[in-house]
Amino acid sequence: MPSSNGTLKEENGIEAQGLVREFKGGVRAVDGIDLEVRPGEIYGFLGPNGAGKSTTVHMLTTLLPPTAGWARVAGHDVVKEGAAVRDSIGAALQEAALDPNLTARDHMRLQGALHGMPKDERKRRGDELIERVGLSDAADRKVGGYSGGMKRRLDLALALLHGPRVLFLDEPTTGLDIQSRTALWDEVARLSREGVTIFLTTQYLEEADQLADHLGIIDQGKIVAEGTPEALKAEVGRPTVEVVPTDHHERDRAVELLRPFGELVPGTPQGAAVRLESDGGEQLADIIRAFDQAGVKVANLELHEASLNDVFLTKTGRSLEGAQAEAEQEQETGEQPALEGAPA
Amino acid sequence: MEAATVDAPLAPRRDHPSIWVQAPELARRSIMRTVRQPAAVIPATLFPLILLAINSVGLKSATSLPGFPTNSYITFSLAFAFIQAGVFAVIGTGQNLAEDNQGGFFNRLQLTPIHPAALVAGQLAGTLALGLFQAATYISVGLLAGAHIEAGLPGALVMIALAICICLAFGSIGLAIGMRVDAPEKVQSLFPLIFVFLFLSSMSLPRNLIQTDWFRTVATYNPVSYMVEGLRSLLITGWDPEALALGFGCALGILAIGLYFAATGLRERMART
Repeated sequence: MPSSNGTLKEENGIEAQGLVREFKGGVRAVDGIDLEVRPGEIYGFLGPNGAGKSTTVHMLTTLLPPTAGWARVAGHDVVKEGAAVRDSIGAALQEAALDPNLTARDHMRLQGALHGMPKDERKRRGDELIERVGLSDAADRKVGGYSGGMKRRLDLALALLHGPRVLFLDEPTTGLDIQSRTALWDEVARLSREGVTIFLTTQYLEEADQLADHLGIIDQGKIVAEGTPEALKAEVGRPTVEVVPTDHHERDRAVELLRPFGELVPGTPQGAAVRLESDGGEQLADIIRAFDQAGVKVANLELHEASLNDVFLTKTGRSLEGAQAEAEQEQETGEQPALEGAPA
Repeated sequence: MEAATVDAPLAPRRDHPSIWVQAPELARRSIMRTVRQPAAVIPATLFPLILLAINSVGLKSATSLPGFPTNSYITFSLAFAFIQAGVFAVIGTGQNLAEDNQGGFFNRLQLTPIHPAALVAGQLAGTLALGLFQAATYISVGLLAGAHIEAGLPGALVMIALAICICLAFGSIGLAIGMRVDAPEKVQSLFPLIFVFLFLSSMSLPRNLIQTDWFRTVATYNPVSYMVEGLRSLLITGWDPEALALGFGCALGILAIGLYFAATGLRERMART
């Protein structure tokens, strides 16, 4: 939990308490969230569109003042010490904010100058980062011709130019292909090993699961669950096993064979499923043995580990994909006001 | 991504960067952005020339009106090409800023220790560069087409200086608008309104020859008339201190007003804590 006196114990972390952001019409995009991100860790902030992720990032990066509550980033208050916060952080926000008419090297030069870096340092570090993110060959090409992945990588390099201690990545892989996404994950993991604290928002379960040391799940402006991905998954339940017999008429026998292993749960129409009583490994062998001894041939057998989607489902009553679709529909029909960047 | 050695991320804290470092780099960006968008530069330069050609042919007979100050309509109408360039300065500067807002580039700038004055100066640098290019083009084309500059070469240089002031004045209005909108289309939609404003001036006829009372009154209060007349004085009369003072005064006055509203817009837009 955040320290009660509002002082961050370690200077590279993020701490917030009761953070609120209200927009026009009294809509609370962020509704009293508490955060504690330890130095050097990757904190994943998972939630559907419109959950309040970007608004939180905007407040933590000083781009948007909170309506209530407080937050400290790298030891500095985001309201009272905005300049010091900006000095300590790097941010790659949701849109890869680049000028299509400039080259990667132009961007580095401009960003370095705005941060007051000496000319030679600007050039040296800019070249190093361009190489690091694999853009050396394209460094003198206009950014307008870059792919989405290249833009994201340049965005990341720009965020790192002045050597920030805390890095905010707002949905850094949205819209990227698998290869670009994996490359970015590798880079994020490497930065974390180098000691950079990373606050990463995402709507992808896999990304949160793979990258985050700690995870906050946000829905409708509130954090509904927090912990390590493993702990969160363990909290919601045991794995399930689903068996599909080769002969569909033997489905009822399959149900009976599975019953001793735990609580029966709905599966596919052709199969039978059970929530296991233990972690799964030993029981799985017993299930295979039981089917073999009963002479029921199996077409497919799957062990489903509890997922972050199960966590989201348990905590909110909706699946993450469902919430996503709901949010998109609301945006299309205009039911929900446009929240981001529209101060009250 | 390739592996490369990079310094540890915990960089030493630097002093607050100087505006004299930031402004030239922002100006460089603004100029490159202008130069690398031929689709913006070419119409902004050619359109006034096309109108100049049409007017010179179509309205040539106006020179026979009693009291018309010259017998060369192209010499008379050349000044208006500079003012039309100003319209494109409003639209171009405003659109560039709106694009920065829309695409998130403005947020990138806000996350740096940027000096607001550097941002304004930098944004206007591209406008200035384009204004310089346009002024040189119009004078060259005008002379080739038979226009005459009564004030000679020094007068041509003063024309360029006044044209740049006019572009900056209109550019600052573009900045003030761009600070307040988040889509380039919204800036573009102002084009007809600004164009009407320009035509309600002494651009097509000297004020004393405008017969319609309300039109003449509007043209008399319209600062565009004085900017046109300042330029026109160098072309037709030679050195007319009063016309030049009014021309420069109106341009600089609009620049001051534009910068004031740009600065207040910037303060509202830079909502960072």
